[in-house]
Amino acid sequence: MKALQRVLISSALLLLMDNAQALDGKKIFMEGGAQPGAMPCVACHGADGSGMAAAGFPRLAGLPAAYVRKQLEDFKSGSRSNPVMRPLAIALTQAELDALSQAIAAMPAPAPAALHRSEMPTTAAQQLAWQGAWERQIPACVSCHGPAGSGIGDAFPPLAGQPAAYLAAQLSAWQNGTRRNDANDLMGRIAKSLTAEEVQGVAQYFASLNVEVKP
Amino acid sequence: MKARLITPAVGLLMVLPSHAATIAMEDQSQLVPHSVESPASVFQPPAEKDLPDNAYGKLVRQGYALFVDTKRLAPQFVGNGLNCSNCHLNQGRLANSAPLWAAYPMYPAYRKKNDKVNTYAERLQGCFQFSMNGGTPPAADSPEITALSVYSYWLASKAPLGVELPGRGYPEVAQPADGYSLARGAQVYGEQCAVCHGPQGQGQKVGDDYAMPPLWGKDSYNWGAGMHRINTAASFIKHNMPLGKGGSLSDQQAWDVAAYVNSHERPQDPRLVDGSVEKTRLKFHANDGVNLYGQTVEGVLIGQGIR
Repeated sequence: MKALQRVLISSALLLLMDNAQALDGKKIFMEGGAQPGAMPCVACHGADGSGMAAAGFPRLAGLPAAYVRKQLEDFKSGSRSNPVMRPLAIALTQAELDALSQAIAAMPAPAPAALHRSEMPTTAAQQLAWQGAWERQIPACVSCHGPAGSGIGDAFPPLAGQPAAYLAAQLSAWQNGTRRNDANDLMGRIAKSLTAEEVQGVAQYFASLNVEVKP
Repeated sequence: MKARLITPAVGLLMVLPSHAATIAMEDQSQLVPHSVESPASVFQPPAEKDLPDNAYGKLVRQGYALFVDTKRLAPQFVGNGLNCSNCHLNQGRLANSAPLWAAYPMYPAYRKKNDKVNTYAERLQGCFQFSMNGGTPPAADSPEITALSVYSYWLASKAPLGVELPGRGYPEVAQPADGYSLARGAQVYGEQCAVCHGPQGQGQKVGDDYAMPPLWGKDSYNWGAGMHRINTAASFIKHNMPLGKGGSLSDQQAWDVAAYVNSHERPQDPRLVDGSVEKTRLKFHANDGVNLYGQTVEGVLIGQGIR
């Protein structure tokens, strides 16, 4: 049965790959995928992919394609549990996921104003974000997410300018294990060491960082 | 084997200052082994919020800035892409991560190997020359050494002088009975380290600056740095890596991955003797812990340097 499934999936993939070049990721973003249930991203994440802060829907524009692609796979597998995103991700074909991830990465990326490690923190949230809390083996958020929270590489997403509600919800998800799709439990372990107050503090801090979309 | 490739026309002028640069402290030999301390039981340095708002506090802040943002703020003295805080975690505060509060009170100190008393300023100059691959280091009375010394002094406030505090250096992790394996180290590296330091040890940048330090190659520590010793790197790694998960690797994994990292090329040892890796090995590396400098691994001579 498994083998048959694999053959079927591979065949379907081959067929779809022929069309991959033709697939318009931006169109999927705006209008949804071909299959039923593949709702358009624009409804929650906005036409420019900047998200919807009040509802806690994150900004997607400019996120690395590999990161977006992995999150969509993880929504499907459940290692990043989300009742809204899971059926959407499942309804998208592999080729659509590829095209969509590329289109999202190509959307104009907001850039946080430069910040350097030489700044000394003045608030508790800044202290946690910039220096960590090493008595609990918590490194600085910025050591992996960048001095200004702009993200690093494909594994460490930007935090700057993301909605506070989104950031706090993610930290909660890491804490209660509904999100566990990181490398070697790096984020999970840290999140579980944070207090509720610290979660709110760093979420507010990174949300407050001004980001400007470069034309 | 040439230390540097310089065009003949400018060679003489350029070669003199760089080669004649006095190595302030040739002895980069390791500290004596000591016990591991849990963070709760160790010396507590003062808090930044208690810094006085005066000239002294200002200098401490300058030292802090230099310590965590060294490459950007002192580019003339940093020949690679590193910051002090890459090897001294938590701004030089973390026990078992060579904290400054444990180092400062131990200088001046006599060192048998170079047969002289080294001041703390000379120790910092050694860091610049080797770990930062910085060429001629800032002068002992320079703004850089002064600020870093004042920052260290402040972190060591109320620490006893000349007493080895628990948590000093990187407490030694003994070599496993079966030695180490570069192949196993490569596997550990791929699984645990590459996500931050990159598959080729190249680190990761944000803009022009490294946010995650390169572990080998031209932008990493040179062959004279203490971290080039496998035993020293293994101890650092065991206690402090992966970031926030210190102590999670086995001693064997720490040794394997330290050997893997330190089997890669990096900038030449600035103490290079007569342009000869072999002479340099005999003089500085043969009795300096466990290291691969000047040895041949899989048919390749290690320690040729990279620029």
